[in-house]
Amino acid sequence: MTVVGLARLQFGVTTIYHFLIVPLTIGTALQLAILETIYWKNPTPKMRALLDFFGRLFLLNFALGVVTGILQEFQFGMNWSSYSRFVGDVFGAPLAVEALAAFFLESTFIAIWIFGWDWVSPRLHLWSIWLVAFGTSLSAFWILTANSFMQEPVGFVLRHGRAEMVNFFALLGNPQLWVEFPHTEIAALATGGFFVAGISAVFLRKGKHVEEFHLSFRVAILTAAVASILVIIIGHEQAQHLIVSQPMKMAASEALYHTSSLHAPWTLIAWIGPVRQVNRFVMAIPYTLSILAYNSLSGRVVGIDALQHLYVHRYGPGWYVPPIVVTFWAFRLMILTGFLMAAIALRAIWLEHKGILLKASNFLRVVSWSIGLPLLGNIMGWVMTEVGRQPWIVFSLMKTADGVSPTVPMADVWITLVGFGGLYGILGYIDTRLLIKYVRLGPEANEPESPHPPLFQVVNPTDS
Amino acid sequence: MHLPSVWFGLIAVLFVGYLFLEGFDYGVGILVPFLGRTDQERRALVGTIGPVWDANEVWLITAGGAIFAAFPDWYATLFSGFYLVLALLLAALIIRAVALEYRSKDDRPQWRARWDELLVVGSAIPAFVWGAAMGNMLHGVPINAQMNYVGGFFTLLNPYAIIGGIASLLLFTLHGALFLSMKAPLELAKRADQAAFRIGWLTTLFYFSFVVLSYYFANLRVRLGVDPGPVPVLAGFCMIAIRFVLQRGLRGWAFALTGLTIVLSTISVFLTLYPRLMISTLNPRWSLTIYNASSNGYSLMVMTIVAITVLPIVLVYQVWTYWLFRKWVSMDDAFHY
Ligand code: HDD
Ligand code: HEM
Ligand code: HEM
Repeated sequence: MTVVGLARLQFGVTTIYHFLIVPLTIGTALQLAILETIYWKNPTPKMRALLDFFGRLFLLNFALGVVTGILQEFQFGMNWSSYSRFVGDVFGAPLAVEALAAFFLESTFIAIWIFGWDWVSPRLHLWSIWLVAFGTSLSAFWILTANSFMQEPVGFVLRHGRAEMVNFFALLGNPQLWVEFPHTEIAALATGGFFVAGISAVFLRKGKHVEEFHLSFRVAILTAAVASILVIIIGHEQAQHLIVSQPMKMAASEALYHTSSLHAPWTLIAWIGPVRQVNRFVMAIPYTLSILAYNSLSGRVVGIDALQHLYVHRYGPGWYVPPIVVTFWAFRLMILTGFLMAAIALRAIWLEHKGILLKASNFLRVVSWSIGLPLLGNIMGWVMTEVGRQPWIVFSLMKTADGVSPTVPMADVWITLVGFGGLYGILGYIDTRLLIKYVRLGPEANEPESPHPPLFQVVNPTDS
Repeated sequence: MHLPSVWFGLIAVLFVGYLFLEGFDYGVGILVPFLGRTDQERRALVGTIGPVWDANEVWLITAGGAIFAAFPDWYATLFSGFYLVLALLLAALIIRAVALEYRSKDDRPQWRARWDELLVVGSAIPAFVWGAAMGNMLHGVPINAQMNYVGGFFTLLNPYAIIGGIASLLLFTLHGALFLSMKAPLELAKRADQAAFRIGWLTTLFYFSFVVLSYYFANLRVRLGVDPGPVPVLAGFCMIAIRFVLQRGLRGWAFALTGLTIVLSTISVFLTLYPRLMISTLNPRWSLTIYNASSNGYSLMVMTIVAITVLPIVLVYQVWTYWLFRKWVSMDDAFHY
């Protein structure tokens, strides 16, 4: 493997880890904020215990989000120093703003939320969880501003061999950002919805604490249903934008070697053959690719060979085709999770509406398992986005191979790849074990050895 | 206004804030298993930094972001050059944060003991690394004409840097002990006091060894002259004064003095560097400076506007949290950690 390949692998592993956690944090923060608003209006001990229960799970994940994020902030300089020199002028700004505007907000108010139960007024306490939820989304916005520049560079000029910012508002108005951010953000809200609904379903199925968990289930599944549908709609917008901005990514994600017919079908599954440029066992749905791309029954989608020709003409000799198998399947898996999520959430709402949800024990089990769906969807989305952008690190401006740190030895990259990969693996394992443990303990659980009696035996002062 | 200089100053401010605030966090982390005999005592010790350590760490993250935005070449050279050291630092920060968050999530004694060990390691490594990094920054490192670092891992581990690392490790531990003597329950505060006395003289010794060596290795004499100006001198005075203040039982003052030592020493380092960002030992002309490594005027302007509007708000709510959680931690609090 080359240094570039290794550095990519290392970046991919650490970032995927970070992004496995991040949407969970963004989404769960919103769920907690909604639940606390309900508690604030009607503070019962049971509701408080529920809030504490989900709070414990949230904090376990939040910790992992924070620690995997620390590495992210410095990674660009470590492995991608040439890239950093080239884009720092444009790219550094959103990163710095993210830290200044969002990270301080989150970390301060999460502390007030954790430690402030007996110290601040209920209203301020409620404010602090809303500010945390806002902060997590704000951080998503700024980091995606940076990422959008890599997908679609705007607001810069090339000077002294690097990209220099000339218009900050162009960065903020980047059309890529305005499909990428809503899509990612709403996918994150769906992730949180499925997380809370899935955990609640465990208790509903066992018939424990049904009253509280029925409430959290309803809140969460409603969020999940709305968000899943919106994600599909915005994903469709994104595909339409992609056809214009990075047609090669779209062609690769469709394994479309040659320009499609006028009425382009969308391939459901196929055995991809990138070498001989033929796909076998193709199952396709007529017209749908044209609809995906142009909102119309007819419209040609340009194929890989034509685009490769065009790019050689435009950017000089080279191979401009990203890994097809990976992007093709990543795209399919993401879309699959999207439709499954929408279907499951809608079915849950239907059963609830009929009043037979609590008896549908098998279905509740499915809801619990579907916590994994949005997590998979998020990752597959990023794999498609980032792998599909190859060979560019900044689309049309810099190749990934030119972005790598020139003086970092291969051995060092191996050390960080294995080191952080292993460390994250261990932490992920511990986190999962603790999550399971706290779910088993349920809302009665107390922080071990706390001198206080379990919370839900304490009569809430505002209750009497 | 010369924007690159402004950003040099702002980054210095961020580092000052980070080292002052996380300085005592690291100190507390290092001291936890040594001062706390029972688990409840250890929880109380960790509880003193519970609500603040995460936000304190954001000072470092913001400094990283600011370096990237204002001086991309500095960001690139520093972090690709100090690659393994930085990786070690980041791994330590990760382990430390997880140790804090997860130590009390299980009540098996082995579980907690294991995390407490990791807390010590995860706090001691950054405390050491920052001193060593300062040493290397002052001394200079091999940087070639393309602004790339061409030394190895062990270039950075020279004796001078190691002395600097030990000095900062001790100074942060002292800072943490004095913080505990103000915040921890009475019995523990007394122990922290004793610890401060025990490491105080060692800290002074290493601190001044580092200063003297800096004159020799880092050419501080050439840069600053025999009389280095008020800031470094004041830093030295604060260091000496700590003991006298502590003997009179003025704990708040003693904490303020270690804080001042950290603040003034950090400022001294930045003053010595200015206008250079990283000194090349191969050829002075290859050094990174605020002129050849900065972003263009436009992005610096945008960043300045953002910083001027957001930073004051951040400061207000950070100060406010410290005020909110100002009380002494007591043994029968409900502990989160
Ligand atoms: C729960 C997660 C999830 C789900 C269900 C979907 N996506 Fe998605 N998708 C993401 C999570 C995601 C993401 C992680 O948020 C990405 C990665 C980067 C981005 O902008 O969003 C993404 C990227 C992404 C891209 C690439 C954009 C680019 O490269 O510029 C397209 C075209 C789509 N999505 C389209 C869809 C469609 C048509 C879906 C409908 C079923 C869909 N996504 C469901
Ligand atoms: C500001 C945000 C981001 C930047 C600047 C960024 C940049 C990069 C860079 C420099 C690489 C290495 C080159 C390559 O192999 O593609 C990369 C790869 C990758 N990134 Fe991103 N990325 C960002 C956000 C994300 C996020 C949030 C994810 C979510 C998981 C992600 C997923 C990936 C993956 C999976 C790869 C590996 C691709 C491959 O091996 O080809 N990226 N990205
Ligand atoms: C690859 C580029 C990324 C970088 C450099 C980065 C940086 C960071 C850092 C440094 C933290 C820890 C902050 C702390 O200690 O409090 C963090 C956490 C977080 N990041 Fe990322 N991040 C990246 C990708 C993303 C993306 C794409 C999103 C959202 C879509 C995101 C959203 C968050 C959130 C919600 C947290 C929660 C935990 C926390 O507050 O601190 N990040 N990130």
